[in-house]
Amino acid sequence: MRSRLTPYLMVLPGGLWLLAFFAVPLVLMVSFSLMTGNIIEGFEQVFRWQNYTEGLELYGDKFVRSLWYGLLATTACLLLAYPAAAWIAFRAGSRKSVYLLLLLLPFFVSFILRTVSWKFVLADNGIVLGTLKGWGVLPDGFHVLGTTFAVIAGLTYNFLPFMVLPIYVALERLDPRVVEAAQDLYASRTQTFLRVVLPLSLPGVFAGVVMTFVPVSADYVNADVLGGPDNVMIGNVIWTEYFVNNDYPTASALSFTMMAILLAGIFLYARALGTEDVLEAAKR
Amino acid sequence: MKHDPLLGRGLTHRRDFLRLMGLGGLGLAAAACGVGGQGGQENVTGSEVEEFWAGRSETGELSWASWVGYIEDDRATLENFTEATGIRVEYKEVINETSEWFGKINEPLRAGQSIGFDLMVMTNGIQLEQCRQLGYLAPLDHSRLPNFAAHVGEPFKDPAFDPGNTFTVPYMSGITGIAYNTKYVKEPITSWSDLLNPKYKGKIGMMGDSQELGSAGLFLIGVDPEKSTPADWEKAAAKLREQRPLVRKYYYQDYIEAVTKGDVWVTMAWSGDAYSLAGPEVEFVIPEEGGTIWTDNLCIPRTAENPVSALKMIDYLCDPAVNAPLTEFITYITPVPGTKDVLRRKADAATGEAKEELEEFLSSPLVYPGEADLAKLRRYRTLDQAEKEQYQKIFTPIVQGS
Repeated sequence: MRSRLTPYLMVLPGGLWLLAFFAVPLVLMVSFSLMTGNIIEGFEQVFRWQNYTEGLELYGDKFVRSLWYGLLATTACLLLAYPAAAWIAFRAGSRKSVYLLLLLLPFFVSFILRTVSWKFVLADNGIVLGTLKGWGVLPDGFHVLGTTFAVIAGLTYNFLPFMVLPIYVALERLDPRVVEAAQDLYASRTQTFLRVVLPLSLPGVFAGVVMTFVPVSADYVNADVLGGPDNVMIGNVIWTEYFVNNDYPTASALSFTMMAILLAGIFLYARALGTEDVLEAAKR
Repeated sequence: MKHDPLLGRGLTHRRDFLRLMGLGGLGLAAAACGVGGQGGQENVTGSEVEEFWAGRSETGELSWASWVGYIEDDRATLENFTEATGIRVEYKEVINETSEWFGKINEPLRAGQSIGFDLMVMTNGIQLEQCRQLGYLAPLDHSRLPNFAAHVGEPFKDPAFDPGNTFTVPYMSGITGIAYNTKYVKEPITSWSDLLNPKYKGKIGMMGDSQELGSAGLFLIGVDPEKSTPADWEKAAAKLREQRPLVRKYYYQDYIEAVTKGDVWVTMAWSGDAYSLAGPEVEFVIPEEGGTIWTDNLCIPRTAENPVSALKMIDYLCDPAVNAPLTEFITYITPVPGTKDVLRRKADAATGEAKEELEEFLSSPLVYPGEADLAKLRRYRTLDQAEKEQYQKIFTPIVQGS
């Protein structure tokens, strides 16, 4: 009797937690996304699927932009994170934990505060651009804030550790004997990396990409603080529909559309990368 | 990661999955009926006011939700209040934006729960109107507000957005106009149309709030926002779309820092911010077409735990002697004209630089606007629910670029 109940009891706390704070709100949100009405007269359930089609029609370009920014920032993160993770895993020796701590250090400061401080650094006539303009390196009208570049850079900076950590974990537990074996068999450095190290680190890359791409595409803080009128992302639209216009149905419909796109994207990505292999590798 | 056989056996059975779905379905059933509206509660009778206040007594506590820069840095007014009444005040600068604030308080107030605050500052506009109609605010007992009756100036009483001051008492008013940085803009800015000047491309700031942005657009096409029609809104929106390529950013709060640093040169701005927060090279003007005057109001959420303390604070703040130092700090337009005499006497007694500053302050049209200035000022359009939706559908997409 006892042994039969044990697994249920073990998942009970986590399950209840998920049910209360994830499943129920999710169901409520689905329900909201099909309602019509306004905040004064109330919302009525009429199963209005047009909330979805109208949302896509009106804000389709914002979805595309968010995914594009997600792709750019995730790629930038990957290019920056891989060498850093590899260096910490293979070369940092006994100081590994120090470097990891340094990497995480910015996370002890609030996300918003970190992003806002970029505004001071990148101000049109601030310490960086002002100085460069003074030297005549940059033209007077040059600016970084309010551009796509600023938003992507902010996103990359804010989510970089989400990419470094999983890749580091994957590389760190790579058996050095495998690398030695490759070298014993006369593999060049490039060959060792491409055929041994990289494939073995793919699970980390997969996890890192998912953990970076999803929050980056849904982010609204960077676009709000560092961007301009043409950098509005879907997160900003949902925020406005919810908080400013109090149009809960549209906000919910947009959120679910984004969620569906991301889920489909991750599914395809997992397929393309070969989940089987990834999971196989993860088991080791 | 090792596959756990126990877990595998436990929960992936389809039956269990369906059972979980069933529980979720309960939520769906509850939500499927929709969410009831509570509108139409803005009309309150005298007996309802009495009913609200009956049996409520002083608790010695007060929790106040406000905006940044709306009390002295050393909280002197609050300390004096505690000394005078014995009421302990917890003052929190939690409001950044009216719409965001409404989003936070909407659910608890709808459910009749406390929001943790007994007093809050809300700008007249869409969200305050919603709070009134949804019955989120406590009707004020004016028999306990003698200072309000005696000291608040007539132009500030009985506003269109809250007839008879049923729910609100003005805290500070401000003007929406244009601020510009004289380091970069050499000729004087005088008109809203200066915000269409291609010379300032990429250096123009606008406000993201649809009511502010819409009003600016209406001034641009020469229409008084308060008397505007939906046809005017469309025309104003077209004008604002034309301006969009010139705009650096649609700001909510941080424009004043941007104009001080020179990230933007010309921007829509609130008078008090321009007076107190901006650098010395930033000038504020009320454009010749006019500017909007808005009022931040003190109000008590219906679910307040210490409403009597809140009412006492509201009346305390209407006393000119109390309000004068506060006005001197906040630098917006106070609804208590008696403060001018108090500050006048202070200026007469002062010497040197302090005297100069006070004199400048007393003669500033941004703090004590004269008749000519007041004549240029307009109010936001009061919008009913259907109009509000239409208005937002017209102006929000400009900010978002769709």
